[in-house]
Amino acid sequence: MSTITLRAAAAEASVSAPPPAAARRKPPKGKRLKYALTIAVFLLPSLIPLVMFVLGPMVSAAWTSLHSWNLIGPMQWIGLDNYIFLLTDPATHQAFLHTVYYIVGYLPLVYVGGLALALALNTALKGRAFLRGVYFLPVITSWVVVALVWRWLLNPSTGVVNSVLAWFGIEGPGWWADPAWAMPSIILASAWKDLGFVMVLLLAGLQAINPDLYEAAELDGAGWWRRLFSITLPMLSPSTFFVIVLSLINGFQVFDQVYVMTGGGPNNASQVVVQQVYDLTFRYGQAGMASALSWLLFFVILIVTLIQFYGQRRWVNYD
Amino acid sequence: MTSTALKNSTLRRTALYVVLIAGALIMVFPFVWTVVTSITPGATLTTTPKIIPDDPSLAPYFELFDRVPFARVIMNSLLIAGVSTILQVVTSAMAAYVFARLPFPGRGAIFVVYLATMMIPFQVLIVPLFAEMKTLGLINTYWGAILPTIASAFGVFLLRQAMSTVPYDLDQAATLDGAGHFRIFFQIMLPLIRPALATLTVFAFLNTWNSFLWPLIILRDPLMQTLPVALSSLQGQFSTQWDVLMAGSVISIIPMFALYVFAQRYIVQGVAGTGLK
Repeated sequence: MSTITLRAAAAEASVSAPPPAAARRKPPKGKRLKYALTIAVFLLPSLIPLVMFVLGPMVSAAWTSLHSWNLIGPMQWIGLDNYIFLLTDPATHQAFLHTVYYIVGYLPLVYVGGLALALALNTALKGRAFLRGVYFLPVITSWVVVALVWRWLLNPSTGVVNSVLAWFGIEGPGWWADPAWAMPSIILASAWKDLGFVMVLLLAGLQAINPDLYEAAELDGAGWWRRLFSITLPMLSPSTFFVIVLSLINGFQVFDQVYVMTGGGPNNASQVVVQQVYDLTFRYGQAGMASALSWLLFFVILIVTLIQFYGQRRWVNYD
Repeated sequence: MTSTALKNSTLRRTALYVVLIAGALIMVFPFVWTVVTSITPGATLTTTPKIIPDDPSLAPYFELFDRVPFARVIMNSLLIAGVSTILQVVTSAMAAYVFARLPFPGRGAIFVVYLATMMIPFQVLIVPLFAEMKTLGLINTYWGAILPTIASAFGVFLLRQAMSTVPYDLDQAATLDGAGHFRIFFQIMLPLIRPALATLTVFAFLNTWNSFLWPLIILRDPLMQTLPVALSSLQGQFSTQWDVLMAGSVISIIPMFALYVFAQRYIVQGVAGTGLK
């Protein structure tokens, strides 16, 4: 969720505030120096760590990706071989497919669930704040704890979920222990954990909709569903766009829950891209290959995000 | 309103409550179970849990503190998450002020770089970052865990959006009164963007408190471990002692929960302030 951002590129165009008139005249030299110093004092405490601990390592990873390196011995230059190998390797294709599978399962669940919750908890209900808090509870909990609990809930033989299903005469699946159900288990736990976060994002969007619109629609005799599709969803489209961009960026980087719930198994059934990066580095000692795979992932995320920004004009309503 | 319409809306309301409360129970159930297991000594994976334990006791908590330096682990987590949160909020607010109020050539490009860093999977950085920390001699130190978390593109973006909504008239009035940028920043900006600051504080603390992978790699000494790392290694040691494991889980949730309750009323407002609509 560290990614509330991309909306900024869009905001950049619309929000850019005019500089005050006084700043437009060219100030004398001493003043300019003072201005530059002010900028440095405000910006550097954040920019220096960004360069040292994010951008620097990133460039360094790009350099590593052009080498064969086992983390201990010397690096050996091999040009683009890592990339060529990865692009033709079935394991890479599989990891990307699993990641897309995760996103396709997860996104509709959290969006529809989060929207329903936001709509319900935006009405004047008693105990609304309390209910919002309850739905937000999983968001603030660490994946280590959530995974422990969900592994237990979804335990094929003793878990609560299968016990409940058994009451109804349904024989529950093997969940995380079964290759066919490993990814659905991860999706379920992730949706459960993130529902409250999506709810908050959409609530903020709902609260910005002008209530007059609803009044006018009600006078015209529009019913609940009509109002949902003609007012709420179009007016909410910036928030929806944001949720989708964010979920895709985070979805491509899905790792913690996979690492703690299945470790990519059973039988590689839930092996996602970042888990593959992790395994390449720490299990197989192929740091060069791992760096190349992370850069490939970065490019994929970048392209997917750019496509969304390009496509938003068709459906996102900014007025 | 006719009586059937009234009846209808009461019915709908009741149905809504039933659904919402059922959903809330699904949300809360795992937590209730965690707490219950943590006060049921001798609970294992295979025992059927009871919602009301036969013989509740705090013994699992005592055992936890007995067998693991858990007080130290909690202190580590509080220290790392606390310092990291303060530094993130302070540096992000200062940088956000530049992007909202202090134009200079190249500023837009730097902002785009900030945003682009959010698309980098953290796992990419692990190997080079570890090598860098080794050179700096920061392996197994608090600073080693804290430094990579300071620059927060998310924070800069969130606070910049909030500052962009503050009217320029306020700065101008202050400038006429002879206030410099530092006074405008401290006395006008910061008080006006409090909801966004609260939101960032919660999310920054949340992320560092729950952070798993980086502390796992950089803090090798058991005495330096943070809560999630200690919990996951407990899982290895106490795989049969589910009660002790859950006692640790409960302890790890409490500070986050307290912070959230405290800041809850700001959060929706803070997110709304990003210009996200």
